[in-house]
Amino acid sequence: MNRTARDHPPTAAELNLCLCHSCGLACDMRDEPHSCPRCDAPLHRRKVNSLARTWAFMLAALVFYIPANLLPVMNTTMLGDGADSTIMSGVLEFWAHGAWDIALIIFIASIAVPGVKFVALSLLLITVQRRSQWACRERSQLYRFVELIGYWSMLDVLVVALVAALVKFQALGDIEPRVGILFFGLVVVFTMLAAMSFDPRLIWQAGPEEAMDEVARH
Amino acid sequence: MKSPATEAPAEPGPPPIKTRRFSVSLVWLVPLVAVLVGLSLVIHSKLQEGPTITLNFKTGSGLVANKTEVKYRSVVIGHVSAVALSDDQRSVNATVQLDKQAEGFTREDSQFWVVRPRIGAGGVSGIDTLLSGDYIGADIGQAEGRAKRFKGLENPPPITYGEPGKRFTLHTQDLGSLDIGSPVYYRKIPVGQVVAYALDADGKGVNIEVFIHAPNDAYVTDNTRFWNASGIDVNVGANGVAIKTESLSTLLVGGIAFRAPEYSPNDSAAAEARTYELFDDQQTALAPPSGKAQYLTLRFDQAMRGLKVGAPVEFLGIEIGRVVSVNLDFDEVQRSFPINVGIVVYAQRLGQAHKKMLKALKHDPDDMTATAQVFSSFVANGLRAQARNGNLLTGQLYIALDFFPKAPKVAFDLNARPIAIPTLPGSLEILQEQLQAMLEKINKLPVERIAGNLDGNLVELRKGLMQFNSRTLPGVQSTLADVSKTLQSASATLAEDSPQREKLSETLDELGRMSRSLRDLSDYLGRNPEALIRGRPSNAPPIDLQGPPRN
Repeated sequence: MNRTARDHPPTAAELNLCLCHSCGLACDMRDEPHSCPRCDAPLHRRKVNSLARTWAFMLAALVFYIPANLLPVMNTTMLGDGADSTIMSGVLEFWAHGAWDIALIIFIASIAVPGVKFVALSLLLITVQRRSQWACRERSQLYRFVELIGYWSMLDVLVVALVAALVKFQALGDIEPRVGILFFGLVVVFTMLAAMSFDPRLIWQAGPEEAMDEVARH
Repeated sequence: MKSPATEAPAEPGPPPIKTRRFSVSLVWLVPLVAVLVGLSLVIHSKLQEGPTITLNFKTGSGLVANKTEVKYRSVVIGHVSAVALSDDQRSVNATVQLDKQAEGFTREDSQFWVVRPRIGAGGVSGIDTLLSGDYIGADIGQAEGRAKRFKGLENPPPITYGEPGKRFTLHTQDLGSLDIGSPVYYRKIPVGQVVAYALDADGKGVNIEVFIHAPNDAYVTDNTRFWNASGIDVNVGANGVAIKTESLSTLLVGGIAFRAPEYSPNDSAAAEARTYELFDDQQTALAPPSGKAQYLTLRFDQAMRGLKVGAPVEFLGIEIGRVVSVNLDFDEVQRSFPINVGIVVYAQRLGQAHKKMLKALKHDPDDMTATAQVFSSFVANGLRAQARNGNLLTGQLYIALDFFPKAPKVAFDLNARPIAIPTLPGSLEILQEQLQAMLEKINKLPVERIAGNLDGNLVELRKGLMQFNSRTLPGVQSTLADVSKTLQSASATLAEDSPQREKLSETLDELGRMSRSLRDLSDYLGRNPEALIRGRPSNAPPIDLQGPPRN
């Protein structure tokens, strides 16, 4: 399993180098400096406390995911007939009215994507903690995918903000945001934070437990 | 081990590693806060969650689960969480999740109904639900007990709890055209409405519950009379036709009006839930209070055709009561069929007279013996009952109580109950009797003798006339002939060739000549005045003395 140095060019760790996040200087880590000699930014070999942070942010997002889906995100008043709608009720309403395409978009963007992110992040975290060498390349791809779709989850929040701002026809029609959209926004933010906190290099890290903890701490 | 002080400058040890004071990363605070927020949400919603109740409606029309709201005074206090058929499939159960603040709506007497657009004769309501969909209206109860199941009303209750005002009960024979929601008018201003009605316990009447809104409920006083103002009141009187109605809507939905009589001293606002009589019309309602009913019995010896139960009883022309019974009786002694007429009179309807009478006689109306005494004295003064003709065309009779001082005295039984008032034959009967008497008198006239006398007189007359013809008329005839002769002679005298006329002509000629000579004389004298003295000279030219031509 352990690769020999001869198989590939030396890694930064083997050369005891570390890249400054701020100015990009490759710093010599033999003296274990705590900051970049050039810009004085703190130096870390890996993202600090990556696993714990990712877990924490993801769990927070997971907690907020519940009220985000249960609480109404929007209140639509049409000709005096007011109704709160949750994300799921909106999807079902569109589906029932035959607009299955819009229903699908909302479902994917608002419900499926966060769910996929939770599953993907959990998978990555668990495999990294178990130092699994299984499908490293695919897991890396998965991580990039999670990062990519991160900002698209804000679609719902944007739609509600836009519609609530535009539809103001007094008695004829009025749309107001409800507290659910706040939680939904928090879910998106926390999943993005979780994705950011995760260090994809850990996927390739297959050292002993101590080394792992050590790099994680820095 | 060497002490560090004696050692050469020590090699730089391993750099101090900054370690966190806590082994657990602070980042775990984030999910902790998230959980706390989530928990607070759950707790908040649990705290906000009110009771769940079940409403039973006949139909589920307009009820949509998770959408239909329950409103009180247009404020949402809950929503329907499920709509399902009842166990017996005869009605619909709507499960309602009430808000925390709406806990009071679980009081036993709370009311729930579906608000739908309604168009009725009394007005239009619930128009807003045309656009917004039906909702469940609620009215909070006041009972202490709580309930989980309620029977939904089919119609909105007309009055909500806690509405300022007063409820009153009206008692009447039948409901008429009144209905829940029928307006109640005070001086033609709608001030309340009918909120409920129910049959009496014995089914012999209707109790109508009305609600008068504050502040107009103060006008309902102890003396107030209520009457049915439904429909049109057409009055044909000496002043023409008068059509009265409270308002157009009372024509359709009926209505009640109330008012106290104009003269109502010591009047005070009525207490809540007081019971009143509902009169048929304003006139009856505003009539003076009837007061204590006094039953009297009358015994008539003649037929009472046209006297009906309910016919009026008048005292000196004022209606004071009515006939309550007309019964045929059998008199063993006289072997006749008298008619017993029972009447009821309300002495209080006499108004001021009654009061003054009570005062003067120091009479207590409740003392029957004293009442009998009073009637006894009235009868002694000639009080009699009489059946009179109220309408000559239909022959309707009414009972008149009147004083007939010349009426024959009768014995008055002080102990008879009800008090018996002696009667007189009716006016028509009296007229009949008088006619009868007149006919009898006419019968008794000596018609034969009168006719004989008259015949003799006529013979005399005839004789006189014959005498006149034979004696007087010939005289008259000769007289007329004489007159005719006279006229003839006069006519002859004046004829052209009569000697009289001849003579007259001559005389006139003579006169002409005479006047001419006179003129000559005067002419001559004018020219020769001396001739008067000297006479006519001889040489005087001869005057034309030629006489008139003789013929």
